[in-house]
Amino acid sequence: MFDLERWQEIFETLRKNKLRTFLTGLSVASGIFILVILLGFSKGIENGVKSQFEQDATNRISVWTGVTTKGYKGLNPGRYVQLKNSSFESVERKYDDYFEYRSKDYMIWGGTVTYKNESGNYRIRGTLPDNQFIENADIGYGRFVSQLDLADKKKVAVIGNKMKKDLFKEEDPIDKNIQIFGVNFKVVGVFYDPGGDREESQVYIPVTTAQQVFNAGDNIRNMSFTVNMADNFDEAVAQSTAIAQGIETQIKELHTVAPDDQSAVRVNNTLEEAQKIYSLIATIQAVFWFVGIGTIIAGIVGVGNIMLIIVKERTKEIGIRKALGALPMSIVGMILQEAVFVTIFAGLFGLIFGLGLLELVGPQIDSDFIKYPQVDFNIALTTVFILVIAGAFAGFIPAYRAAKIKPIVALRDE
Amino acid sequence: MIQIKDLHKSYHMGSNSLHVLKGINFNVSEGELVSIMGSSGSGKSTLLNILGMLDEADSGQYILDGVPIKNLNEKIAAKYRNEFLGFIFQSFNLINYKSALDNVSMPLYYKGIKRKERTDKAMHYLEKVGLAEWSHHLPSELSGGQKQRVAIARALASEPKVLLADEPTGALDTKTSYEVMDLIQGINDEGKTILVVTHEHDIAQMTKRIVNLKDGVIIDDSKVEQVRALTHV
Repeated sequence: MFDLERWQEIFETLRKNKLRTFLTGLSVASGIFILVILLGFSKGIENGVKSQFEQDATNRISVWTGVTTKGYKGLNPGRYVQLKNSSFESVERKYDDYFEYRSKDYMIWGGTVTYKNESGNYRIRGTLPDNQFIENADIGYGRFVSQLDLADKKKVAVIGNKMKKDLFKEEDPIDKNIQIFGVNFKVVGVFYDPGGDREESQVYIPVTTAQQVFNAGDNIRNMSFTVNMADNFDEAVAQSTAIAQGIETQIKELHTVAPDDQSAVRVNNTLEEAQKIYSLIATIQAVFWFVGIGTIIAGIVGVGNIMLIIVKERTKEIGIRKALGALPMSIVGMILQEAVFVTIFAGLFGLIFGLGLLELVGPQIDSDFIKYPQVDFNIALTTVFILVIAGAFAGFIPAYRAAKIKPIVALRDE
Repeated sequence: MIQIKDLHKSYHMGSNSLHVLKGINFNVSEGELVSIMGSSGSGKSTLLNILGMLDEADSGQYILDGVPIKNLNEKIAAKYRNEFLGFIFQSFNLINYKSALDNVSMPLYYKGIKRKERTDKAMHYLEKVGLAEWSHHLPSELSGGQKQRVAIARALASEPKVLLADEPTGALDTKTSYEVMDLIQGINDEGKTILVVTHEHDIAQMTKRIVNLKDGVIIDDSKVEQVRALTHV
């Protein structure tokens, strides 16, 4: 391997056959290149999807209601299922040990909010203090809705950053009054949300205040909880799925809804969704590896093929070498080393080129579902390892053929 | 130097069997210059291949410099070839992408000699065949006679006991042939044992002994008055 003479021999042969070497190398280099790009993008998709999930807590269970589609216990279909404070309390009582955060919301989808001469249409949400963590909202300045606000039914509002920009421009919004449906609310905080403008175009007020101001009694629109995560992801999924099912059954019983009515009560479990997406990502990655390895194999077969031709072409030369005293092993070594060298050199070239392209183009990619495509060091190492094995594999059959060449056959004059 | 006793060799091609050598007996002592003559199909090339350990006899004895040559595996054959024999071929068989110097140093490489020493030695033998100033030329840049002289230098480089030449002048014109023969005679004069396979009478006359082969047996083996090649040039 470290025989200088051998290397000189190899470089000499490669130099004599520039085009052939180039084409062979190209097939391997493009194989590795494609593998690296594919792996980079699968990582990018993973990053992108993960950041999509970061919008809200991933271990979230939310409960929504709609209109019944089935008659049950003498009740007609077409009835709206109204969640009440009491529904929330009974769920909370039953599963309190499992919950991390809990919130009930009373929500107006669109309402006019005015500050001085500026006004706009925003979503208004009456909520509990915990909702800050369920929604992954960051408080920019000021504070979120507090227990005290809730108890006193204070008219305070926490506005999204988008709203702040729309209504207040550069002005400091804290302690200013805004009008929601003509009612004065004092702004106590501004929040940011990883979900972006859509999530930041809403205003949070205490749920008790909302129920009072909008004459909702003790109605609520939905409730959401986050579940304490078990250490093991699969366990966590199983647990939250069980809880979600439990809540669904409980709400249905509470509101006299048929157990198989899909649209009246909907319980959404993000962790279960997350698991589905993660397994989808895993599948995509597996497919990418498969395709990438396939391309490399095509490249390797190319190298093996070329080496076979080389051996055929050099039959006479190998015969001469043997007549001059070359041992079969030295011929095998020569062919094998050449194959490994070509694959590794070309492969590294493809690897570096692929990594370079990801490094260069990666940050430019602006898509919700692909973020920071990259290949980590271990994967790069793995591909190099694959290359060495592949190179040896590509060289083996031709080398074996070369070793079998009999000098007498090779030297026969045509 | 070479002792051969009752050597037999057949080739099998499908159901046909071709008995090529039918009991060859002959000895070559050190310093001899022997030509093996015969028409094509007489078995002279087969005999040379066996002598060169490129092929093995079916039966009979072959002793080279006191070493019985039998049951060769590839490794041992390669070692013996490198140690005992130098080959000269009709078609030169130089490696065409290597310079004259590299061609000559090739057997030394397989002997495991260090690069510096190898180059010195190869250069010495190139000088000996009068091609020192062509050392960095590729075979394609040399004339036929020059190529054969490089091949001779290569055969000499490993300092073999015996030189085996298979139709060394077969691809050359008369004048060049005689020049090559002059070189071979000179090497022989220094004491090297040389076997030349040829079918040209004038070339055979330039050796010291002619062995005539016909249909796999030696029909004539006699010493001749050597004609110096130089007188023809």
